[in-house]
Amino acid sequence: MKDVLTENAVKAETSKISARKAQVYYGTNHAIKDVDVEILDKTVTAFIGPSGCGKSTFLRCLNRMNDTIPSCRVEGSITLDGEDIYDKRVDPVQLRAKVGMVFQKPNPFPKSIYDNVAYGPKIHGLTRSKAELDEIVEKSLRRAALWNEVKDRLQTPGTGLSGGQQQRLCIARAVATSPEVLLMDEPCSALDPIATAQVEELIDELRTNFSVVIVTHSMQQAARVSQRTAFFHLGNLVEYGETGQIFTNPKDPRTESYITGRIG
Amino acid sequence: MTDLSASPAAAPVRASSSLLTLDARVRRRNAAEARFRGYGFAAILLALLALVWLLYSIFSAGLPAFRQTVIQIPVTLDAAQLDKAGNRNPDEMAKASTVTYGKVLSEALKAAVAQNGIVIEGLDDKEIAGMLSQEAPAMLRRDVLANPALLGQTITFQAYATGRVDGYYKGRVTLDSATRDSNVTPEQLHLADALKEKGLLSTSFNSGFLTMPDASDKRPEAAGLGIAILGSAYMMVVVLVLSLPIGVAASIYLEEFAPKNRWTDLIEVNIANLAAVPSIVFGILGLAIFINMAGLPQSAPIVGGLVLTLMTLPRIIIPTRAALKAVPPSIRDAALGVGASKMQSIFHHVLPLAAPGILTGMIIGLAQALGETAPLLLIGMVAFVREFPAAPPSGLFDPAAALPVQVYNWTQRGDPGFVERASGAIIVLLVFLLIMNTLAIILRRRFERRW
Amino acid sequence: MSIGILSSILLALAAAGYFIGRARAVSAAGGDTRKLHSLAGFYGQSVALFTAVPAFLLMAAWLFIQPILIESRVSGQLQQTLAPDASLSLVMADVRRLANAIDSIGTADEVAALSPEALTARLGEQGVAMGGDMSVAQVAAANEYRLLSNQSRTGMTVATIALALAGLAFALRRIRIDFRARNVTEQFVMVLMIAASLIAVLTTAGIVVSLLFETIHFFKLYPASDFFLSTTWSPKFGGGSDLGIWPLLWGTLYVSLIALIVAVPVGLMSAIYLAEYASPRVRTWVKPAIEILAGIPTIVYGLFALITVGPLLRDYFALPLGLGNSSSSVMTAGLVMGIMVIPFVSSLSDDIINAVPQSLRDGSLGLGATPSETVRQVVLPAALPGIVGAILLAASRAIGETMIVVMGAGAAAKLSLNPFEAMTTVTVKIVSQLTGDTEFASPETLVAFALGLTLFVITLALNILALWIVRRYREQYE
Repeated sequence: MKDVLTENAVKAETSKISARKAQVYYGTNHAIKDVDVEILDKTVTAFIGPSGCGKSTFLRCLNRMNDTIPSCRVEGSITLDGEDIYDKRVDPVQLRAKVGMVFQKPNPFPKSIYDNVAYGPKIHGLTRSKAELDEIVEKSLRRAALWNEVKDRLQTPGTGLSGGQQQRLCIARAVATSPEVLLMDEPCSALDPIATAQVEELIDELRTNFSVVIVTHSMQQAARVSQRTAFFHLGNLVEYGETGQIFTNPKDPRTESYITGRIG
Repeated sequence: MTDLSASPAAAPVRASSSLLTLDARVRRRNAAEARFRGYGFAAILLALLALVWLLYSIFSAGLPAFRQTVIQIPVTLDAAQLDKAGNRNPDEMAKASTVTYGKVLSEALKAAVAQNGIVIEGLDDKEIAGMLSQEAPAMLRRDVLANPALLGQTITFQAYATGRVDGYYKGRVTLDSATRDSNVTPEQLHLADALKEKGLLSTSFNSGFLTMPDASDKRPEAAGLGIAILGSAYMMVVVLVLSLPIGVAASIYLEEFAPKNRWTDLIEVNIANLAAVPSIVFGILGLAIFINMAGLPQSAPIVGGLVLTLMTLPRIIIPTRAALKAVPPSIRDAALGVGASKMQSIFHHVLPLAAPGILTGMIIGLAQALGETAPLLLIGMVAFVREFPAAPPSGLFDPAAALPVQVYNWTQRGDPGFVERASGAIIVLLVFLLIMNTLAIILRRRFERRW
Repeated sequence: MSIGILSSILLALAAAGYFIGRARAVSAAGGDTRKLHSLAGFYGQSVALFTAVPAFLLMAAWLFIQPILIESRVSGQLQQTLAPDASLSLVMADVRRLANAIDSIGTADEVAALSPEALTARLGEQGVAMGGDMSVAQVAAANEYRLLSNQSRTGMTVATIALALAGLAFALRRIRIDFRARNVTEQFVMVLMIAASLIAVLTTAGIVVSLLFETIHFFKLYPASDFFLSTTWSPKFGGGSDLGIWPLLWGTLYVSLIALIVAVPVGLMSAIYLAEYASPRVRTWVKPAIEILAGIPTIVYGLFALITVGPLLRDYFALPLGLGNSSSSVMTAGLVMGIMVIPFVSSLSDDIINAVPQSLRDGSLGLGATPSETVRQVVLPAALPGIVGAILLAASRAIGETMIVVMGAGAAAKLSLNPFEAMTTVTVKIVSQLTGDTEFASPETLVAFALGLTLFVITLALNILALWIVRRYREQYE
């Protein structure tokens, strides 16, 4: 899949999220320094880097999940479709409806599979009738490649699924609110290889409708699923560009050291 | 992913596409959010207000108990009247009863009133004598018997005023209410004001409240907490002496040695449930076992202490086990590794490290036991006791009162002066609890360890 | 010999045993303590333990059993001389008082020679109040009682000291170089620790046995069907009482219900606010402040109900609404008890809400839910079993509470719906039937044990259910 990707295809996409001189502080700790990045629409962007480099922190800034941590402070500008998401007028609730998120550990709610997927549409009032809601649930589950496995037991608890199924349920749950951007924080780290392959395949399919940003520990995974890759190190964005270029011809020596396994 | 290609993106209609304008639904949701948050805040406010209201009500009713109105009367102690035998032998002087001393005091007060030129219309001699507490003659008698050399001298005796006059200076009694009260007349209150003007009557700190024994129904002004405080202290000693070793031994066994089987499971469930058994049930247990079966005396601190010990044990075992559990296994391994026996590793290393936690739990358990009332009612601690118990250990078997039961006792009496006393006793109880809890917090802060 | 002196003697023997044992071990090793199996101190400890512990146990057992035996023997003799309508327990109480006071009056013969009236007068001088004048048989019984007590006390002194000496000798004889003193001492300590942990079980057994025993006694005098089915409660201390539990149970449940209606919303919302909204600084101050409410003794709440809340409710609600004129009422007790229960609900709920994994909150917030939507639709459903457990624990607490209802609810047993009326509860009646000088043969007194058993069973069932629910809930997130 990766091989057929051409440079032209990427350039045709428009910028979805752009960060300018973004800084993140935890109390006095300067966690993210001067990050400039353009995240393109209908593209999979991977954030890679050693543990504690700030890639997850930066990801959580993109839909203001960091607001839940009292000591966290964000400076600089991060815009979604040209609108500053840290503007005072922006309600994080509305932002998060547009920028969905999937977490490291599958976290289905202790509710039925149906209610898990229907949760987002219900709170955002996206449907007018039960039939519409049913349709969204089915479409989202199909999208997450889970429909065939669960269609006969939609009312059973989501916590009863296997790990891989749970993570796909969480993806279906995020997709159901029809976000424009989907953030994924190491979505495969708690999964076995087979489930990982399923989720990776799914990510590639999601690209047709969304802009996807994925944080990953695995360079192989970044190479497999993403078109663009950003390498973070010690809170700095070291290098950002085409995935093929980053992995074959990195410009920065730190990127090269990481890719060849000397740091990380 | 065959099923994916079949379905293009579901695209539900969204009201607003810009992030900078809030749509109506988000506004509604935010309003619901604010309301919910408001309920939470209101709940906290309500709980704190209840606390403040409770404390305010008790303190405003109880603080006057620490002040007492006294009348300074110059009394000439006539030896002919008070020591008829004339040999200053206290045993023989004891024959002069409180009635005699009462006459001495009321004559002295009358003289003092006349001497200061106080004239109150409609005030008769009986009313003047009625200014003084019925306890005042007994107090004078005690002073004289303790120090026979006072005979023949003229001393200034600090006589307690009666409860109503006392209440007049604490706002409990007014001239208006006195007209309807058979125990006090407005004239007496006028006399009190006149005495106060002459400097013969004053209201000052009442140390007797903390040291004197209880007094009968008609003498709230003389009722003190001396026996109750002593009785509570005796019971706490019993609880401490019994529950500390037993509680620690049981905790060590259950936490460190007990095999995990159904028997120890039973013990653990048992302890958890005992901690939640209503305290009054322990009172019934004490009545049935310690008083009816073992024949221990009623109202004795030893019985109260035993009942409170049984009640406190599970409440001590739970935090003690938590403290033992908090000591990391590496400490035990280190001791075992140099060849100590398991018992030695626990007594030499684990126990000293867990000691602050155990002590904290112990103090909190004691504080709970100190405030416990219901079980003590059943084992007869409500009895009216005027004699101070002897020193332990034999004093543990003498009748005594207990602080919280004394409060209950006073609330059951008719005279409104006792409400003030009961609230005052609660302040004393709360001060003890505050000291104990502060001690526990200091211990915890001071010795808290991070492993 | 008094118990204090006897205890001191035993302790002195134990201390002596320690030093003798230690010295003996050291001399057995020829002064070289390295040759000993255990540290020298362990030899001393083993001797001290064998000296003191059995003797103290014997003393405790003796003290416990002696009055039971003497009582039954004396009362057996006395019973034959007693008029059929006289109460044995009251007569025995006088006999016990007289027996204790004999020494302050004179010798046994002098007492026996006094007329009953003179005896009562003499006793009065000593500050001993009697139930009535003593009969000759009672005086004889008192003398017998005193004699037996003294003999038994002497016997106890001799037996315990003998046992202590025997233990001392036994332990000393065992000391050799290769005697495993440490193991023996540790085993001894282990047995003591096991015994300590059994006290909890014994307490429960004691509660169950004493309640059951007296309840059965009660049901022999009063039919159980009337107790459980009758709807009137009117004890008469002359016989012919109606002792139906329903009015009491109704009062108990009504007061507890009002308490929960006050405490559950306030406690739960406070817990939610503290767990989900409050800043750490607010949390560190407010949480302990609310928990102060739990540390205040219930007598304080009782007084609060009596002097503040009761009159307030009467003057501003009950009287204007024409619902009653009593300051003690179900509402007074329920409201104050509700305040008392708030911290139980809030701190348990707080723990339970905090046990809900953060990942669930993140999942909900990440989808664009507001915090309150997250709490209501994700956190609370997830925490529900635990919260139900917390409410059950609070309910059991409210049902077993005594002082607040004694001082705030009133004493009239009624089946009424009006919350401003005075009603009474199971615990109030236990207190009122068992305080004061009571006679243990009448159903009016014994009913308290049946009430106690009912109370024990209800609260135990609630606790077990609640602990089971909470435990299962915890396991779910571990």
